Amino acid sequence: MNRLIVSPSPHDENYTKTSTIMLNVIIALLPALAAGCYYFGLRTLLLTAVCVISCVVFEFLCRKMMKRENTIGDLSAVVTGVILAMNLPVTLPLWMAVIGSFVAIVIVKQLFGGIGQNFANPAITARIVLMVSFPSAMTNWVAPFWYKTADAVSCATPLGLSGTADEYRLLDLFLGNCGGCLGETCALALLLGGLYLAARKIISLAAPLSFIGVLFLLSLFYYDSFDYALYEILAGGVFLGAFFMATDYATTPISRKGKIVFGIGCGIITFVIRQFGSYPEGVSFSILIMNVLTPYIEQLTRTKVLGAKEAEKNEG
Amino acid sequence: MKKLNGLKLNHRKNTENSATVDLPVPKHVKIPMSMHMGAPCQPLVKVGDTVCVGQKIGEAEAPFSVPVHSGVSGKVTAVTDYQTAVGSVCKAVEIDCDGEQTISDEVKPPVITDKESFLKAVRESGACGHGGAGFPTHIKLNPKTPVDTIIINAAECEPYITADYREMIESPDDVINGVKYIKDILGIKKAKLAIENNKPLAIKNFTEMAANDDTIDIVTLPSSYPQGAEKVIIYNSTGRIVKEGELPSDTGVIVINVSTLAFLYRYVKTGMPLTEKRLTVDGNAVGEAKNVRAIIGTSFREILEFCKTDIDAVKKLIGGGPMMGMSIPDLDMPVVKTSNAVLAIKTYDERKTSNCIRCGRCVNVCPLGLMPAEIDRAYKIKDIDSLKALKVMLCMNCGSCTYVCPANRKLAETNQLAKALIPRK
Repeated sequence: MNRLIVSPSPHDENYTKTSTIMLNVIIALLPALAAGCYYFGLRTLLLTAVCVISCVVFEFLCRKMMKRENTIGDLSAVVTGVILAMNLPVTLPLWMAVIGSFVAIVIVKQLFGGIGQNFANPAITARIVLMVSFPSAMTNWVAPFWYKTADAVSCATPLGLSGTADEYRLLDLFLGNCGGCLGETCALALLLGGLYLAARKIISLAAPLSFIGVLFLLSLFYYDSFDYALYEILAGGVFLGAFFMATDYATTPISRKGKIVFGIGCGIITFVIRQFGSYPEGVSFSILIMNVLTPYIEQLTRTKVLGAKEAEKNEG
Repeated sequence: MKKLNGLKLNHRKNTENSATVDLPVPKHVKIPMSMHMGAPCQPLVKVGDTVCVGQKIGEAEAPFSVPVHSGVSGKVTAVTDYQTAVGSVCKAVEIDCDGEQTISDEVKPPVITDKESFLKAVRESGACGHGGAGFPTHIKLNPKTPVDTIIINAAECEPYITADYREMIESPDDVINGVKYIKDILGIKKAKLAIENNKPLAIKNFTEMAANDDTIDIVTLPSSYPQGAEKVIIYNSTGRIVKEGELPSDTGVIVINVSTLAFLYRYVKTGMPLTEKRLTVDGNAVGEAKNVRAIIGTSFREILEFCKTDIDAVKKLIGGGPMMGMSIPDLDMPVVKTSNAVLAIKTYDERKTSNCIRCGRCVNVCPLGLMPAEIDRAYKIKDIDSLKALKVMLCMNCGSCTYVCPANRKLAETNQLAKALIPRK
């Protein structure tokens, strides 16, 4: 007699797995990584490799110690490693990158239950921890093509030169020919990656567009200059944050309305920190703050259910 | 009008051009007394009785139930306890067939003069929804509120199944005359025959047939799953929304499956009750996928053998489509009134369930706009207030959320379990 398998419906499934999604994110990050190599040299690859390997190793060890199922196969640790590397200056000592990976994977991700359970973006939090722990190493910016000259030329990021937009031409900013973290400078490559993910229906553009849009509009009103507004969105980590970190599944709202609220919040906070705060850059803090608010945004932006009756509030 | 979410599925309608083949009369049938939604019937026959085709062999006193008829002539060999695929237990009548197929003298066209006698006849026909749920048809056709539109559900949105499509291609007259008949006898103004756009031939035929009748609309639906779900088809063909806790008739609509309707029309003409069903036989263990007409009570094993199935390789048997069909635990279980397909599958790879990554795919496909990922979370901590606020009770178990989940979470199943947590009023 046949022993038939009995299971609840549906009996068919789609074969997009978590690892497929993560692999697509890695593919989308490649153009920006390539741009990083082009501008900042092969140390980009070394730093990225250190971040990726240490993230995967930390994930493996952590799951092992917690006696949980091994999850490195879902590739999410690789994604975290790459994004973390892209948030670091190319000159950062490798041991600091390993500390960043530890913060991202062990403290932010695994202690909260692993993939999907963390409330804050691992790479962003790691960047912030490194930023406040090693401020000078984390702001040791070098000029593009520094590796071609005999000794490293230190250089300010576009945002460090507040109010002097002429220092950088907008086209250079768009192409990434400026100082900054190794993966954040080339807006073009990040845009390509983001559009690729959107085309594969892996991310929704709701959060990135509202983030960039709000920042652009606020800057436009504040400076009353189109060039300055463009400068604000192209400089710093806006594109990296908007396309790859404000679209992180675990730490942003699910519904479209929620994503828009999230993006608007990021835009406003980034603008406020940049203009009125003591840090030149506000993207990481804005995303982290909005991560914390996500559960509340989520509760207020639930989808409308077809035919659902509103709960009678005045009852009793 | 807001567009509802839906899934694009691979249709795999491999059998759409296979004309229905009559399955040979089996040697033995087992007819369960509960094949519909509602009270199970009690057997009217005992061991040793001789029965004929069309003879009533089971009846229930409860109004929310339909009688059961024999599809074969022969001798009753046993009346046993039988566990249905959903797990409930009822009686089943087992009959050894004599192969004569003598027709019972109970079979004669019903006398119908008005709505009341029609509804009585519908109950006597043993009709329940052919689509899968098996809702008693006479209850559905007798709503408490006035109805102005009847929707004939010919979406057939599940992959593989072509049973309704073959009904429309093979007996178009029964369908269109059935539409006219039911509209007139129930006094409903408007009929809408709603067909998914992956059946262009049926749409073309019926558009021509109904060209002179402006009370019959042929509605072309997009082929996105679950187009044939009652609330979805009502919204997409009339724009009306069935509210929480209400019936379709509260918005002035009733929905009836196209094969049920064609059957009713034939019953009115011939008096032959529901004793056979058209089934799509498909799946990768089946050698010759085809549509067969099988007598209710025939074992699935017999059907699969008829379709040259590698019986030993079958790992999973699904009654119905791959999205909402039910696992059949035993090859020897019989065809019932709600069977419209049987899929024999020889591959089964069980994937592990992993953490929800909150990608939101389940939310983006839910036709009703539910948030299965949130329901899953609330279910885990048994948060009944949140489950209520998330409207889990409205879930119709279409399975779209489980289908798209990259972490392979059984979201649709969780929804059903979550429903059980909410106390009934």
